[in-house]
Parts: sequence; C-alpha cells; structure tokens
Amino acid sequence: MTPRMCRVLRTRRETRDTYTLELSPPDGADGFRFAPGQFNMLYAFGAGEVPVSISGDPAKPNSLIHTIREVGTVTRAMRELKAGAVLGIRGPFGSAWPAKEAMGHDVVIVAGGIGLAPLRPALYAILANRQKYARVVLMYGTRTPEDILFRKELERWRARLDLSVHVTVDRAMAEWRGSVGVVTTIIPRARFDPRNAIILVCGPEIMMRFTIAEFEKRDVRLDQIYISTERNMKCAIGLCGHCQLGPAFICKDGPVFRYDRIQPFFEIREI
Amino acid sequence: MAALSRDPEYILERKDLQKLFDTLTANGYRIIGPRIHDGAIIYDNLLSAEELPAGWTDEQDGGRYRLKKRGDGALFGYNVGPHSWKQFLFPPRSRLFQVDKQDGKLQFKEEPVETQKMAFIGVRSCDLHAIAVQDRVFIHPIAPNVSYQFRRAQTFIVAINCGQAGGTCFCVSMGIGPRADAGFDIAMTEIVNGGQHYFVVEVGTEGGRAIFLQVPHRSAGPEEMAQADRAISTAAAQMGRKMDTTNIKELLYKNYGHPRWDNVAARCLTCANCTMVCPTCFCSTVEDVTNLKGDHAERWQRWDSCFTMDHSYIHGGSVRASTKARYRQWMTHKLATWIDQFGTSGCVGCGRCITWCPVGIDITEEVRAIRETEPLSTELQEAHHGDT
Amino acid sequence: METLRPILAEHPFFKGLDEHHLDLIVGCASNVRFNAGEFIFRQGEEANHFYLIREGLVALEMFVPGRGPVKVQTAGEGEVLGWSWLVPPYRWIFDAHAMELTRAIALDGKCLREKSEQDHDLGYHLLKRFATIVQENLDAARLQILNIYEVRA
Repeated sequence: MTPRMCRVLRTRRETRDTYTLELSPPDGADGFRFAPGQFNMLYAFGAGEVPVSISGDPAKPNSLIHTIREVGTVTRAMRELKAGAVLGIRGPFGSAWPAKEAMGHDVVIVAGGIGLAPLRPALYAILANRQKYARVVLMYGTRTPEDILFRKELERWRARLDLSVHVTVDRAMAEWRGSVGVVTTIIPRARFDPRNAIILVCGPEIMMRFTIAEFEKRDVRLDQIYISTERNMKCAIGLCGHCQLGPAFICKDGPVFRYDRIQPFFEIREI
Repeated sequence: MAALSRDPEYILERKDLQKLFDTLTANGYRIIGPRIHDGAIIYDNLLSAEELPAGWTDEQDGGRYRLKKRGDGALFGYNVGPHSWKQFLFPPRSRLFQVDKQDGKLQFKEEPVETQKMAFIGVRSCDLHAIAVQDRVFIHPIAPNVSYQFRRAQTFIVAINCGQAGGTCFCVSMGIGPRADAGFDIAMTEIVNGGQHYFVVEVGTEGGRAIFLQVPHRSAGPEEMAQADRAISTAAAQMGRKMDTTNIKELLYKNYGHPRWDNVAARCLTCANCTMVCPTCFCSTVEDVTNLKGDHAERWQRWDSCFTMDHSYIHGGSVRASTKARYRQWMTHKLATWIDQFGTSGCVGCGRCITWCPVGIDITEEVRAIRETEPLSTELQEAHHGDT
Repeated sequence: METLRPILAEHPFFKGLDEHHLDLIVGCASNVRFNAGEFIFRQGEEANHFYLIREGLVALEMFVPGRGPVKVQTAGEGEVLGWSWLVPPYRWIFDAHAMELTRAIALDGKCLREKSEQDHDLGYHLLKRFATIVQENLDAARLQILNIYEVRA
C-alpha cells in the first residue's frame, strides 16, 4: 500500500475543469504496463490520494497519461502541478475493457463527459489492431462545445475512413455547427449489428442508464454491453470496504463490468 | 454442536491458572484478556489471573448491558462485551507509511511489522469464528493486509467454551458455537462445582501443547469431561435468539425494496456503534497529514463505518445519503453480499450489535420481519420502484 | 407531387402507413431545400408546416438577450422537425436554423388538419406518430435539464 514516486513530464489544460498529467513510470520501473480501463491511485504529497483512470495508450508504457476532472481538494491540488513535480502512484488496479473479446465484432463506444478519458485507451487498443474488428463507432456527448475533450484527436479520428465519430452537446451557442441533444439522440446514427456488437459505455450514471435503455430498445443483449463504474475508494485493493456496489468491489471486480453481471444491483437506488 | 472426535483432555486447576499466564509471559507473549473497566468487561493487557473478573456476569438485551455479581467465583462466567479481538489484530489507528519531500523527490518509508506477539485469553467461539472471517478478508490473494497477517501469525489463542448464553447471543443458529471447534491453541471449559474449580482443557495445536505441557495439569476423567459437555449444552439451550439463515442471501438480494428498511431507518440513529463492536466489520479509511514545514507527510489508517456520510462520498454527494440506504448496506453486506465476497457469512451471532445499539435494533428480528412479509413480487428489478 | 410518394413511404416517420392515408398526405407534401445559414422558421411566426429531414442538419435555437442564440436541439437525417402546427395557437416557439444544406419534405399543417377533421383515422395515425416524437423529445429535454455532466463541488 505504499506509493512509488513518479514525475510529471507534461501537463495540459483540456477544458475549464479538466486537465491531463503525463507521468514518468515510477522510479526504477521499465515502462508502466496497464490494460485499457484500469486506474491508478495518485498521491499528492500531504493532500491525499485519488483514483484516476489511465487515459493514455497502452502501447506507450513510458508515457503514463491521466485526464483528471477537478472535483475536490486533491484534484485541485494536482491541477497546480508543473513539469518536474513529483507524485506518488499505486497501480494499476481494476478490470479492463474487453478489447480481446470484442475482436471480430462491431464495437460501439459511447462516452459521456469525462467518460471519454477511461474509454480512450480502449479505442487506442482497437485502432492498433483495427483489422481484427468489424465496424467501430465512437459516440461522444458532453455539456457544451467548450467541454469537449481531446478535440483535435476527435477531429483526426473523424477523418479516418475506418471509424465513425459522432459528437453531440447538451447545448451550444451560435458557433457550434454540430448536433445538439443528449447522447441517446445520436445513437440512431450508429451503424452496427445489434446481434453481435459489443458496446462500451462510460459517463455519469444517469447517462449510462439511458444509453443502455436505448441499446436495449435496439435488441442488444445486456451481455453485449460493458460499463465502467465509480465509487468512493481508499485502498484500491479490496480491503477498506468503501467501493462496494452490492457484492462487487469496484476496485477489483470492476470498474469495468459486463452489464448483465452487475445489472441487478446497478439499478437499485442508493445501493 | 455435534460431538467431535475427542482428543485427550486435561484438567487445569484454578489455582494453577496463573502458571499459564507466567509461561506465556516467559515465552515473550503480551497477555490480553478480560477485565472490568467503566462498568463493562473489556479486553486489555493482563499480568495476572487475579485481574480477571472473578464472580461477575453480564446481563444483556437490546440496548442494555449491566454487570452483575454471580454467586460463585467463576473467572469467565460472562459473555462478550463491547470489545472484540479485532482491535488487536487490526488496530483502530495505524500508520501506513511516512514520506519525506527533499530535493524535489519523495522518499517513501514503509512501516515495520509488529514483532510483539500476543496471547488472547478467553476467546469465545463466536470471536474465534470472527477472527477466521477477518482472516478471509485480510489474508488475501491479491493484496494481503501485511501487518494483520504478521500479527495473526504470532497470536496465541486460549479459547473459552461458554457455560451460559448471553442475553443477545445467537451463535447456535449461525452454526458456530458455543463449543470452540477450531482456530485455538488451547480451549478451556470452566467448571465451578461446590468446592471444585477447574478447567477442562483441549489442546488445539502443537504450539498450544508446547505451552500447556509446561503448566501443572492432569488427565481429565470421563465425569469431568461430561461436566464440560453439560456446561456447553446448557449454554446452547439458553440461546434467547436465533437467526434463520435459510437462503438468507437470496432473501436479502430479492428484498432491497422491502418496506421494512423504512421501518428500521426510522429507528436507526446511524451512530455506527454496531460497526465498532462487530468483530468482523473491517471498513477503514485513510488520513493524510503533513507537518507544518510541509516536508514530511504520513498516511494513517483508521476504522471507518458504512454508516457515515463520508463512506460513500463521490464528487459532490454520497451514494448512500439516506439512513435507510446505510442501514441496508450494513445488514445486506453482513448477511448476504459477504457470502459472495468471502464464502462465509459475515455474522457470527455474538449479539454485540443488539446489545450496543442505543435503540436496541435486533438484526435477527429484522431478518425475520423481512422473511415473514416478503412481497409477492420477487424480481430484484422491482426493488428500485420502492420508496426512496 | 407524384415523385414524393415513394420518398414519404420510405421516411422512418411514415413507415407502415397504409396506401390510402399515404395518398392523403402526399397531397399536402412538397419538396423544400434550405442553404446553410437559412432560417426554416422563426420564433413567433405562424406554424403551418412540419418537416421530414432527408439530409442536412437543423438547429432549434432561442435567442437569449445578452447571450445570443442558444441551440437546444438539432434534427438531422431521418428526423422530424416541428409540431407547433398540431396545437393552437399554431405559432413557433423557437427558431429553426439550417446548419448545413438541408433537404426536407415540408408537410402543410393546415392541409393535414383539414383532412384529419374529415378522416379521423388519418388524424389518429398522425397523432400516434407525433406522440412518439414528442415523448422522445421531452425525455431528451428533461435529461438535458438534469445537467448530468455538472459536478456539485
């Protein structure tokens, strides 16, 4: 449970409340290997420790990327870090997106808000092996155009011929020429085979719920859908009891779940 | 409890109990056992058998605990108090690591493991099982709680078979008592009979044998062993409460929306007493502190409770904000999800949560109430249509 | 008008409508096209049409003093725009602003209202389909109101 030291290589402001830290692998380590969907516990000296999904490319183990939303004391403290600053790191923890199991299938990735960050490594892994998958679609919804994450990257992805990208916002001003409406309103645009597609969903819980409902309407089975969940975490190794969702520990049984396995509990209010 | 194959049993006279203490001390053990403090029988350091609560018993009920004098000089003639043994194996506060910030670097220093070995005197069967339950939680394939593991491996356990049931006990219905069946180095049954006062002793491990053989003893005769059996049967027959554990996991999984949760929520104060006295509750939290100069920081672990608002807090709100949700979390974890997580129930029937609840909420009664009034619709998905 | 019949029949909104009613509707249909930047309708104007979008993107906007035009929803290919023609006072609440070159079928609301008064079955089929559109839009709007991406600090 003791962190290792790592250094901030680069920082980047993404939106008004979200920033990216690129970290060196922990001292002495030869790269940092992780599976898409996993997270680290990042320790800001004296302030505390928070779980942060890894948002970088699993094929680039020397560049450990975390996209962080400012939601409290520790994430506010981390926002002030500059290149050269030191952090503590523990990880990687948790379950991964089914990049292997999805081979041979259509893949539809639906991200809401900061949910695009934990999904990005899955997309990297899929694009690195693009010929092993059928159709690949990315749907992304967020609050306003100013909140769009990874905008330049989204534009590059959209330019690819082997990837469909659809972006929508909840509301926009005059300059926005794209779709406006919650992310479910753009799901009809996705072309996929409901009998065999694998759906990856990540975002606020409400967004995941209504996204799943939209796919169920299209006869997608619950065992084709994967979600990433979030709970209070302290130890990240299944010992402190905080991250429980029914019988599951989000830190080790999750955060990624095949939806049919977590569904009875996920739908219970205040579980 | 069914009769076990009987290993040879011994008799330890009351007057020789101190020799057991002395032998343990001579072997480097710190002795911890029951003593009276602040009107309750708690577990604390003991140097001598004379510090045991001779001639005392306890009266327990929902939200009630009183000590009462017995008519005899029994040393272990009571049941369990507000303490359990978890505070010694899993301390309420412990440091996880220290870190120094120097020359733009972080120097992490792990905590050394505890080397002082402990001997627990007077561990009841419920608490033996509770220790075994926590072993499954903390000694873990993925990432063990190393300090727990170390302490546990060095702990010597002297179990006591209860001769009477406590007012809130229900170990029999949980299938784990009152006879201590495993997990002890030595197990003793106290017999006080007219002028006689002795212990019928069973040895559980080689380590137990090594210590016990250094203490004056003789072989137990059949009448003495029968007396011990009778004492234990008496305790078993006196249980005032029971928990029906038939399909309890499925029962609770199907009833997340049961109206009973609102009923208990109207009584529960979320004071967290139950989690503090429960011998298996293991939730913890961490505190990060620094010195004033800002060059030294430490992380401390301390006991936590799922009854706090902080426990389920994520950006801007607690997932379990209502009392109902928090009580439901505690009870369904203890009796149902624990089974899926660790392969056993989290409850050992010690009754502490009933005794120490200020409003006397009785976990056995809550289970009964749900079982008896289970709604016709048993689909788990219906649960979220219940009251908020 | 003849050439519009197959287009109407194929549009998701009219899928499954029987021949007779399709004929009635074709009589109220016309082909329209808007260039990028053109307004299809404006707040306060009489609402006499609804639009089946065949290609392009239209944004529903409200001009907010001090903030400018705020887009609250877009409608694209295969989607339906406008239902204020259904209920009095038949006035548009929002502006509809074409974001791209947009081709659509315009259905004359007055024409459809009159035909529905005479043929209640036609009215029922239209209202049934519009009920779904309104429900989907209402649900989506309510989800937008929830502001789920906001963080309560």
